Amino acid sequence: MTPVITLGSRHVHHQAEAPILEVAGVTVAYNGHLALEDVTFSLSAGEHLAVVGPNGAGKSTLFKVIAGVLRPAQGEVRIAGHHAGGHICVAYVPQGNQVDWTFPVTVADVVMMGRAGKIGLLRYPGRYDREQVYRCLETVGLVELANRQIEELSGGERQRMFIARALAQEAELMLMDEPLTGLDVSAQEELLRIIDELRRRRVTVMVATHDLNLAATRFDQVMLLNRRLIGMGRPAEVFTAPLLQEAYGGHLRMVQTEEGMLVLSDTCCAGCS
Amino acid sequence: MDQWPGLLLAPLSYPFMVRGLLAAAMVGIVCAVSGTYVVLRGMAFLGDAVAHAILPGVAVGYLLSGGERGAIFWWALGTAVLTALGIGVVSQRARVREDTAIGIIFAGMFALGIALISTVRSYAVDLAHFLFGNVLGISERDLWLTGVLGGVVLVTSLGLYKEFLIISFDPILAVTLRLPSGLLYYLLLVLIALTTVVALQAVGVALMVAMLVTPAATAYLLSKRLPTMMALAALIGASSGVTGLYLSYYINIASGAAIVLVCTALFLLALLFSPRRGLLWAWVSRTPGERSLRNRA
Repeated sequence: MTPVITLGSRHVHHQAEAPILEVAGVTVAYNGHLALEDVTFSLSAGEHLAVVGPNGAGKSTLFKVIAGVLRPAQGEVRIAGHHAGGHICVAYVPQGNQVDWTFPVTVADVVMMGRAGKIGLLRYPGRYDREQVYRCLETVGLVELANRQIEELSGGERQRMFIARALAQEAELMLMDEPLTGLDVSAQEELLRIIDELRRRRVTVMVATHDLNLAATRFDQVMLLNRRLIGMGRPAEVFTAPLLQEAYGGHLRMVQTEEGMLVLSDTCCAGCS
Repeated sequence: MDQWPGLLLAPLSYPFMVRGLLAAAMVGIVCAVSGTYVVLRGMAFLGDAVAHAILPGVAVGYLLSGGERGAIFWWALGTAVLTALGIGVVSQRARVREDTAIGIIFAGMFALGIALISTVRSYAVDLAHFLFGNVLGISERDLWLTGVLGGVVLVTSLGLYKEFLIISFDPILAVTLRLPSGLLYYLLLVLIALTTVVALQAVGVALMVAMLVTPAATAYLLSKRLPTMMALAALIGASSGVTGLYLSYYINIASGAAIVLVCTALFLLALLFSPRRGLLWAWVSRTPGERSLRNRA
């Protein structure tokens, strides 16, 4: 796990015709064992993809490689036709447990962090940046909470804050690591509504989730991942007995019922109690 | 002399006391500002290590120059920067755990410093100055150096405010925004190194970590935003410096210790009475039911 050190922050221009994301033959190794093996896929602008797989399947690793936090041992990630290094249009929405919630920042402060790339080194946010922050907070419905310290937010509000930050960053590809985990149904609905709103803005979204049902009903594309890419496409094509069996092995039971296939998973997600 | 304005003004008739007060206030401010990042990033141990590890540099400068203070200052500065960068490299790619590695370097360097100083006959007195500071012995030239170096730390922290905030709060965001994270991390370490040199004469190496950490931690308990925390930490640091020096003048205790004790007292007050994170408030705002639940747990 070597942190990538980059110098300079000029934004590379996009090639209009290239897919927003191309992952080609990516392999990642941690201390001798393979976290991802030869993963290849691409996404066009505006597509929404749910990434599904058991614990330790490499979902977070995949997101970190795309974000540029991890360097693959082999293979390449290209953003809008270019090497990923120069882009600031990829946003990573962290899992709640990766964040120090006692940090002395307000919701607006966190969203303003997303502007840093556009503001540039050694400079302070201006009126335009503050307006952008306000608009992004408006989109996710957090304007009233703008001046709260982040510890005071609920789980769903915390996720929405990071989506607002990704919007402030003017991200065209958002990577959301288990955003729905641990939320109650109404908070999940609110978050899914915002994610749908992102589709209208042609923001490409990848969501890691444990919830096969949500993935199948709320996303036009799903990916089954377990170190290797097992299947990707429309839910009906991917969530089939053989592919699910391959991804989950013995942790999944499938029952054929009159209404269709019933899938029972006994993998407990990280963070659920 | 019985009234309080007299008590406040009397020490000011000594030029060494005026210089001492100015130095203590500056040290308080500079330490508090870099200390904010030390506290938020959990680098207190690292700050302590840099402070202790500059002792051999100070000792070499002292032996080579025969105690000339200008020379000691530059030796301290050089060693501090090298140590901070060394620790940075160790903590980013060490094979041992970071705290173990820092512990080894820090104790080893400190021992080397004591060994070097112990070769001199006036060893006990000189060592005490380095260990515990001697803010009343500060010269006008030292005061200028302190001011310039402190100014560099403050201007850099303000200029790179949003970048330091991001690498401290969310390193992954720093990567996706393509900020030069590694460079910023090392720069932050250099700022901490400069701060320890600024604070060397006021509180010495042994108490330095208190100046870095305590005012910032006190401010942390009282604020919900970073700019407030920094400003408050600076205010607490400066007033602790000044108050501590007055205390040391009137009740005749070591100045470095007096300054640190004032900082500690303020921290304890905040810990008890802070409206947001204070122990008292947390206890009062809990319902009796919650209280008994908490006690059982």
